[in-house]
Amino acid sequence: MVESLLEILRNNAKESPANMAKMLGVGVDEVEATIARLEQEGVIRGWQAIVNEDLLDGRHVTAVIEVRVTPEREGGFNRVAEQVSRFDEVDAVYLMSGGYDLLLFVSGESLLAVARFVSEKLATIHGVLSTATHFKLKTYKQSGVLMAKPGADARLAVTP
Amino acid sequence: MTGGHDRLARHIVDLPKSGIREFFDIVSTRRGVISMAVGEPDFDTPWHIREAAIHSLEQGCSHYTGNAGLIELRRAIADYVRARFGAAYDPAHEVLVTVGASEGLDNTLRALLNPGDEVLYHEPCFVSYGPEIAMAHGVPVAVETHVEDNFRLSVEALEAKVTPRTKALLVNFPNNPTGAVLEEADVRAIADFVLRHDLILISDEIYAELTWDGRRHVSFASVPALRDRLVLLHGYSKAWAMTGFRMAYVCAPAWIMETILKIHQYGIMCASTASQYAALEAMRQPEEDMAPMLRAYEMRRNFLRTSFAECGIPMHNPAGAFYAFPQIARFGLSSREFAVRLLEAENVAVVPGTAFGPCGEGFVRCSYATAMEQIKEAVTRIARFVRTL
Repeated sequence: MVESLLEILRNNAKESPANMAKMLGVGVDEVEATIARLEQEGVIRGWQAIVNEDLLDGRHVTAVIEVRVTPEREGGFNRVAEQVSRFDEVDAVYLMSGGYDLLLFVSGESLLAVARFVSEKLATIHGVLSTATHFKLKTYKQSGVLMAKPGADARLAVTP
Repeated sequence: MTGGHDRLARHIVDLPKSGIREFFDIVSTRRGVISMAVGEPDFDTPWHIREAAIHSLEQGCSHYTGNAGLIELRRAIADYVRARFGAAYDPAHEVLVTVGASEGLDNTLRALLNPGDEVLYHEPCFVSYGPEIAMAHGVPVAVETHVEDNFRLSVEALEAKVTPRTKALLVNFPNNPTGAVLEEADVRAIADFVLRHDLILISDEIYAELTWDGRRHVSFASVPALRDRLVLLHGYSKAWAMTGFRMAYVCAPAWIMETILKIHQYGIMCASTASQYAALEAMRQPEEDMAPMLRAYEMRRNFLRTSFAECGIPMHNPAGAFYAFPQIARFGLSSREFAVRLLEAENVAVVPGTAFGPCGEGFVRCSYATAMEQIKEAVTRIARFVRTL
């Protein structure tokens, strides 16, 4: 039931508890209690809109930054990763296998703002060896959602 | 030259027009209709399957295949049928790739029937069964199923209609349009009936993977005693959302298959090559491909069941396929009137139960192969509509 509930919410976080109860074949109380528990346990960490930034007038720049870090005797990459995570400019931080260590998703008002963040804040953190910044040009798909508007239903309206 | 029905094939001219077709004509005059009348998945075919078809074309696979279909595909089908349905078929002589299950059924009926042979089938049912039997010069004999039995097929009803001229029984579970499924005991009882009367069993199991409430489909192919008299029809349209590929298959003992293949080879040559490569790809990870679609269907089914109960529309438990078959008789309208007035008042299309046989009177078919947002809106409108009756 938890997996199905999360599947519904990943698809549509605004789904009403009454509708979810109907879909899952359980009571509304159970749905509400399960969501409350998942929030309390930290499984559900927040509720956000999936926004196609490309359609907004405001200037908005997103970059993906590969960061190489010197691991530390105690805690490995954790100290640097947690320090990096605290910056408001940073939307996401992942520890990666392969040619670099941390992958950051960073957003800012302009190219300059992001560049300044990298050179003045990120690169100067003790333990950061190097950074490689890639700017996003266009979003095609985000959080499992295609940014292009879907076409009309191509099926015939009535079929056997 | 003068035209006229007397110059055409009488057994075709005499066939009734499809009730679905008539309703389609009404619906297609309107704009913005929310349709619960579609008998195919709303999901697109998984991308890796479509990509395999594209790749096959890029590789120049644009020629005929062997009549029975690619041998790799037939092997994959035999493996799948063994694992999923519990029956072993020889891919070289007992598996045929067809253009939709409808071609498989047509070939099977033509292979089996002499003029005047009777074929039992149950109603409400897929619109083509009766006409296909008649097109093969057989005599369609409908056996009713009822809401009180959850639309399962009873042996008592079959016994009442069987005659010395009965050649075959045609069944379809999980069922279009009722969503009914058979229990294992039903399958065994029907198998006994088939054996007792020395019939051929044609089982259209196109919705086999679509069963709910944790059930698993019980295939007639799992009954060893039926092995030599069973024609199993299955395909990719429903569970893999591949309707447009027209990919299906027939599994049958070699003595029947030889004749079915003869018809296929003269009539069709072979199924589309690109579609066969898509089907081959579909066999690589069937569970993974189907799982998200199956979860969505079941949630929609649950939603519909509760929503109809809330607005006072009785419905049996549709445990398979992607159709709900609510009972609308209590509103004092015929199925057709209900569907037409719902369309006019609320712009929601459902199919009158009578499109699937006379005993579908009093019911409408609601397909939940429709996005959840559409279903929610449709249910709101249906609830509003029935309050006016």
